[in-house]
Amino acid sequence: MTGDIRIRADKLTKRFGDFVAVNAVSFEAGRGEIMGFLGPNGAGKSTTIRILCGLLRPSSGRAEVAGLDVAREPEKVRANIGYMSQKFSLYDDLSVMENLSFFGGVYGVKGARLKRRIAFAVEMAGLAGREDAVVSDLSGGWKQRLALGCAVLHEPKILFLDEPTSGVDPASRRRFWDLIYALAGDGVTVVITTHYMDEAEYCNRIALINGGRLVALGSPSELKRSAIRGEILLVEGDDPGAMLEALEGAPGVRDVAPFGSSLHIVVDDAARDRAAIEARLAERSLSWSRIEPIKATLEDVFVQLVGEGGKAAP
Amino acid sequence: MWGRILNLVVKELQQLRRDRAAKFRLLIPTLVQLFIFGYAATFEVYNVATIVLDQDHSQESRELVARFAGSGRFQIVETANSAADVRRAIDHADAVVAIVIQAGFADDVRKGVSAPAQVIVDGTNSNTALIALSYVSRIVADYAQEMEQDLSRRTRAGARPPPTVTLESRPWYNVDFNSRWFFVPGVIATLTLIMIVNLTSFAVVREREVGTLEQIMVTPIRPLEFILGKTIPYFLVGLALVVVIAGVGTLWFQIPFRGNPLVLLLGTALYLLCVLGIGLLISTVCKTQQQAFATNFFVINPAFILSGFSFPIASMPDFMQWISTINPMTYYLVVIRGTFLKGVGLEVLWPQMLALAGLGIVLLASSVLRFRKSLD
Ligand SMILES: Nc1ncnc2c1ncn2[C@@H]1O[C@H](COP(=O)(O)OP(=O)(O)O)[C@@H](O)[C@H]1O
Ligand SMILES: [Mg+2]
Repeated sequence: MTGDIRIRADKLTKRFGDFVAVNAVSFEAGRGEIMGFLGPNGAGKSTTIRILCGLLRPSSGRAEVAGLDVAREPEKVRANIGYMSQKFSLYDDLSVMENLSFFGGVYGVKGARLKRRIAFAVEMAGLAGREDAVVSDLSGGWKQRLALGCAVLHEPKILFLDEPTSGVDPASRRRFWDLIYALAGDGVTVVITTHYMDEAEYCNRIALINGGRLVALGSPSELKRSAIRGEILLVEGDDPGAMLEALEGAPGVRDVAPFGSSLHIVVDDAARDRAAIEARLAERSLSWSRIEPIKATLEDVFVQLVGEGGKAAP
Repeated sequence: MWGRILNLVVKELQQLRRDRAAKFRLLIPTLVQLFIFGYAATFEVYNVATIVLDQDHSQESRELVARFAGSGRFQIVETANSAADVRRAIDHADAVVAIVIQAGFADDVRKGVSAPAQVIVDGTNSNTALIALSYVSRIVADYAQEMEQDLSRRTRAGARPPPTVTLESRPWYNVDFNSRWFFVPGVIATLTLIMIVNLTSFAVVREREVGTLEQIMVTPIRPLEFILGKTIPYFLVGLALVVVIAGVGTLWFQIPFRGNPLVLLLGTALYLLCVLGIGLLISTVCKTQQQAFATNFFVINPAFILSGFSFPIASMPDFMQWISTINPMTYYLVVIRGTFLKGVGLEVLWPQMLALAGLGIVLLASSVLRFRKSLD
C-alpha cells in the first residue's frame, strides 16, 4: 500500500501574517483515489491545494506529491500534476484548439503524442467539430470539461480540482463526475474541493475542513457512522421556527437543525423518541404534517461537526 | 525552454490578433497623434489678427504697415481711429497685436532720430505673443535699416555710412524652424512609450486578474520564461510601431532621414527594453487592470513632460533635471532627432546608447526580481 501513496501531507500549516489559514493538516491519498475537500468558504481548502501544487510555500510541516517534496522540488512536482484553479483557468479569447496546443506545448507534450492527447481531450470534452470555436462562446459545462482536458494533456498522476463544478448546471456536473471516475479508474489520484454535498457523496474519502483544521477524515459512510451517534427524524410543519424552539433541549432530543423548511432531529432511537417529540409539539399546540425517520446525509454530518454557521451554500 | 517561450509568444500574438480593443488602442491613437503633431501642433504663427492705429498718415507709416501685412504673419483686421478702438479690440480679442504709429513718425524718420512706433500684444497667450513679437522686431529692424541706408544715401552726410550691426539668427538642421520636423520624430518616442507600457502591463495584469496566471504557474514554465514570453511579442509590436511612424513621417510628412537606419534601430531596441521593463514593473505592483491604467497614467505623463520633448530640460529645477536623466525618453529623443535631422551616428550618440542600455538592464532586472516575489 505505501508504494501507492501519491500525496502525503504532514502537519501542513500556512500563516498569512498572524492569521492561520491552514492549521496542521495531515492526510494521505493513494493511487486512483478520489479525495474530496469539504468545508465552508474560507476554511482553507484552496490554500491547502495551492501548497500541494507548489504555488505557496508551507509555513511549517511538509508535503510530498508523487514522492517529491513540494517545497524543495516544485518544478519536478509540476510535471506530475494537473490543476484546475478555483477561477476560470482557460484563455477566454483563444479557440479550443489554441488553448489545447498552448497547454500541451508548455507541458512539453509534442508531435504524435500531442495529437493523440488533443484528440482525447476534444473527445472527452465533447467538442469534436468545434475545435475552432472561441472559448468565450462556449457555455459553462463545455468550458469546464475543456479545462479538465487541458489539465490532463500531459497525463498527470495527480489531479487537483478546486471547485471545478461551481456555477455549472446539474446535467453537466454529472457528466463531469463521469470523467473524474474514468480518470480515477485509470489510476489518477484526484483531489477535489466542492461545496455541493451531493458531490461529496461521490468521493471515496472526504476531508472535512473548518477554520484551517482537518475536522474529520473518512469515507462518506464512515463519517455518517462516527459523527451521528443516533438516528435522524425529519419533522415538517407550518411553523418550523417555533418547532425548533420547542424541541431544543427537549427530552430525548440530542440535536435539532433546520434544513430548508423542515427540521432534522438527532435522537438515540427513532421509534422510542418519536412519541415524546409528538407529545412535546402537541403540548405547545404546534401542528406537524410529517414525522419520519430518515437516513443521515453528509449535510447532517456537516452540521454536527462544523455547526450551523458552517453550512455551505446549496 | 525555447519551445515553451515560443509557445507563449505564439499565444500572446494570437490573443492580440483576437483583441479588437487592443488593435483599436494601438492604431487609432497612433494615427491621431501623428496627424495632430504633423498638422496642428506648430510653433509657427501665421495670420495674427492685428489692428493698426496710424496717427501719422504719411508715406512712411503706410509703408511700415504694408510690410506687416505683406509678411504673411499678420493680418490687418481693423484700422483704428483712436486709442480707445485699440483697447477695445484687444480686450474683446478681436486682435492679438496692435501697431500704433504716432503723429510725427515720418518727420522723425526723415530726421534720422528714433521714431516712435508702438506695438501692443495680448499677453494672455504668451507663446503666440512672444513669437509674434519676434516677427515684429524683425520686420521693424529690416525697415529701420533700409530707412537708414536710404537716408544716408540721400543726405550724403558722410562718405561712409554709419556702421550697423545686425543680428541674424540661423537655425541649423531645421533652417526654416519647421516644427513638423521637430514634432513628428518625437511622436515615435511618445507613442512607443504609451503603447508598449500599456500593452505589457495589461497583458500581465489581465492574466493575474482572470486567474490564468495561477494556471500558468503550475506548469513547468519558469518565471523568466514567462517574462520573455510576455516581452518578446511586445518588443516586436514596438519595432513595427516605430517603422510605421517613421515611414509615415518620412514619406507623408517629408521629414528628412539623414542618418543610418541601423543606428536608429539599435537605439529603438534599447529604448524598447526600458519601456518593457517599465510595463512589467507596473504589472508587478498592480492587481487589477483598473490599477494598471491609473499607474500607467502617472508614469507616462511625467516621462513625457520631463523628456525635453516640448519643454527644455535646462530650464527645469534641479530635481526635475535629475529625473530627466533617468528617463529613457530623454535619451531616445536625442537618438531620434540625431538620426533623423542631423544624420549623426554612434560616434556622437554612444553616450545615449549606453544610458539606454544601462537603464534597460536595471529596469528589466528589477522587474524580473519583483515579479518572482509578486507570485507568492
Ligand atoms: N494570499 C493570502 N493572504 C492573506 N490571506 C489569505 C490569502 N489567501 C487566502 N487567505 C485567507 O485564508 C483563508 C482560507 O482561504 P481559502 O484557502 O481560499 O479558503 P477556501 O478555499 O476554503 O474557501 C481565508 O480566510 C482567506 O481570506
Ligand atoms: Mg477556495
